[in-house]
Amino acid sequence: MAKYRIPILIAMITGCAMVIREFIPHYPFNILNTTFQQWYMIIACFAILLGVGSLLTIHGQKISRRRPGWGYSVVLILSFLIITFFGMVGGISEKGEGFIGSGFNWMFEYMYNSLQSTMFSILAFFVASAAYRAFRARTAEATLLLLAAFVVMLGRVTAGEYLWSQLPIITEWIMDYPNTAGQRAVMIGIGLGIVSTSLRIILGIEKSYLGGE
Amino acid sequence: MNTIGIWVAALLTLCIFSFLYKDNPFYKFAEHLFVGVSAGYWLCLYYHQTIHPKLLAPLFGLGDDTWQMANLVLIIPLALSIMMLLRLVPKQWTDIAWLSRWPIAFMVGTGSGIFFMGYLRSNVIEQIQSTLVPLRYEGNTYSPEMGLLGIIILIIGTFTGIVYFFFSKAHTGYFGVLAKIGIYFLMISFGASFGYTVMARISLLIGRMQFLLFDWIYPIFDISLPF
Amino acid sequence: MDLIEKLQYLDRRWIFLLIALTVILPLIIPLHLKINPSPAVESGYKFIDELPEGSKVLISYDFEPSVVPELGPMGTSFIHHCCQRKHKIIGMALWPAGQVLLESALNTVARDVYNYRYGLDYVNLGFMAGNQVVITSLGESFRKTYPTDFYNTPLSKIPLMNGITNYSNIDLIIDVSAGDPGIPYWVMYAGTAYGKKIIGGCTAVSAPQLYPYYSSGQLVSLLGGLKGAAEYETLIGKPGPASRGMDAQSVAHVLIILFVIIGNITFYLDKRRQKMRGKQAWKS
Repeated sequence: MAKYRIPILIAMITGCAMVIREFIPHYPFNILNTTFQQWYMIIACFAILLGVGSLLTIHGQKISRRRPGWGYSVVLILSFLIITFFGMVGGISEKGEGFIGSGFNWMFEYMYNSLQSTMFSILAFFVASAAYRAFRARTAEATLLLLAAFVVMLGRVTAGEYLWSQLPIITEWIMDYPNTAGQRAVMIGIGLGIVSTSLRIILGIEKSYLGGE
Repeated sequence: MNTIGIWVAALLTLCIFSFLYKDNPFYKFAEHLFVGVSAGYWLCLYYHQTIHPKLLAPLFGLGDDTWQMANLVLIIPLALSIMMLLRLVPKQWTDIAWLSRWPIAFMVGTGSGIFFMGYLRSNVIEQIQSTLVPLRYEGNTYSPEMGLLGIIILIIGTFTGIVYFFFSKAHTGYFGVLAKIGIYFLMISFGASFGYTVMARISLLIGRMQFLLFDWIYPIFDISLPF
Repeated sequence: MDLIEKLQYLDRRWIFLLIALTVILPLIIPLHLKINPSPAVESGYKFIDELPEGSKVLISYDFEPSVVPELGPMGTSFIHHCCQRKHKIIGMALWPAGQVLLESALNTVARDVYNYRYGLDYVNLGFMAGNQVVITSLGESFRKTYPTDFYNTPLSKIPLMNGITNYSNIDLIIDVSAGDPGIPYWVMYAGTAYGKKIIGGCTAVSAPQLYPYYSSGQLVSLLGGLKGAAEYETLIGKPGPASRGMDAQSVAHVLIILFVIIGNITFYLDKRRQKMRGKQAWKS
């Protein structure tokens, strides 16, 4: 009962409360709605803690069992501890002063910022490599895809305008009409899927989020 | 500290870029450093921005506002949050991890209720409404003929695209023809997405190169900026 | 190995080098290519321009440092424009690092350029966990959602926030977003539910998928990627990093198209040659 029925009941009550509030925005549904929303925000933070806990557990085990690459796990845990110390003791405000007060923002600006930006920027190289080696116009559909891509890529940069003055307006037209048509079809399909899945969860039919056993 | 910071940022950038030649210890070091710093950063932010002001301060009277009896109701989300963390307890110690289902069910139920109305209203009804429009172009971006052609294409493309996603019926005969037309519209959409994706990736590389050139290399050699 | 085979099996590191050069050279030697704003961007500029002076604009920074080259200039341009029109700015973030990026942008532009005063002309509410729940919660009450601002000051002590209860007191929402949570949630839970006007700025990856919202009128305007940012910079008369990057963008796009064409040509030539060799082997 406690393992299955109570969680399904919780999902049902909270889901219904959120839906009913749309139709009856008065007491008690407005209070319930606000309360559940505030609780959601609090519990969402602890979900992140769960992720951090898992990360530390995995890398801690790697270090204790001296698995290959354990040195890098030491780097991971040390950097985690250092920034957490700065953040918890010195605070996260940009106005922090002194070594400890400004440490958190320094690490954000010069480590987090640059590492994350660079991680994503190397994708440009792989996109270029994929463009050369993998994008083949083998079928009519693939050819149409590539032609649309060429028009959009040229039309969205100034080089395209220099090649043909009408290219930007044609690109805008493709985005406004054929692209919107295709994306709208996808959006409606996904929207209907989400609505039906949400309904199944609220009615207790869908139980996969509870996990096995 | 700024100069040291820029050198640290530049060297870490080059460590990541070194992966393009081949995988190496510098890249692995930078990668693990990134994961550790990210985890710590997110933890501190979530604590200072949400956990402290919304839970600990009102519950334990740590904030500026006067403590009220009604704040005791926050024991419920605190209890649910602790139950969430019980998921980390290994089964060999004690079988208590299943308690994390209660807060997960709370979040899934709340999220489902919000998604249900949001997606239905915005992504289904509004989008269908915007497709059922008169065959009359009233804008001034395109010529009247181009605009009218666009509206016709929008209606046909949306309809045939939705037909393609209907898998309960085999795509044969007239239904198959409609689905085939739908695929062509989807291919144009995906082509546009590919074009924009290339644009996005190149933009990110431009950003990093701007940093390396204008914030790191140019000041070292005292070169004036070209802008 | 002849030319076709060499091109077919080219080491990808040569491709990486070409792309790097294509991006670096136009940055060192700018081409000053002209940028013409598109209708989707102009509509947003016009909307902010026509808002009465002193309107309250909610700006949400929903992105991380990874997409700053695209969205940073966009957000900064929006703040510039709002300050030029003397609108009040309420900043917030649904992504953790967004609040720090927002803080930096507000200080650099609103405070240092336009002498905006914190608490009176602009405020940074900071990051709040909860994704779409934060957006729906703001529709009920700003103070319940954000008990304090980025500096842990209670909202009751911030003059700008007096009189701002919920969305009914906000004139425009600008969302600069890199994905989820982002523009779709703002459209769903603030735009469609509360009838608020929304301007969206997004990465180029998300832009095609958001065009239906712009087409249906659920978004007043949609800025996509570096080009969108560059167009807005041009409109407000403050060319910046986005405009400078467009030269490199143009050249890189032409190179990628050439890669696709050459790759396909070598592929089909190699395929034809293998077919011919197969026929000859069969005949002999």
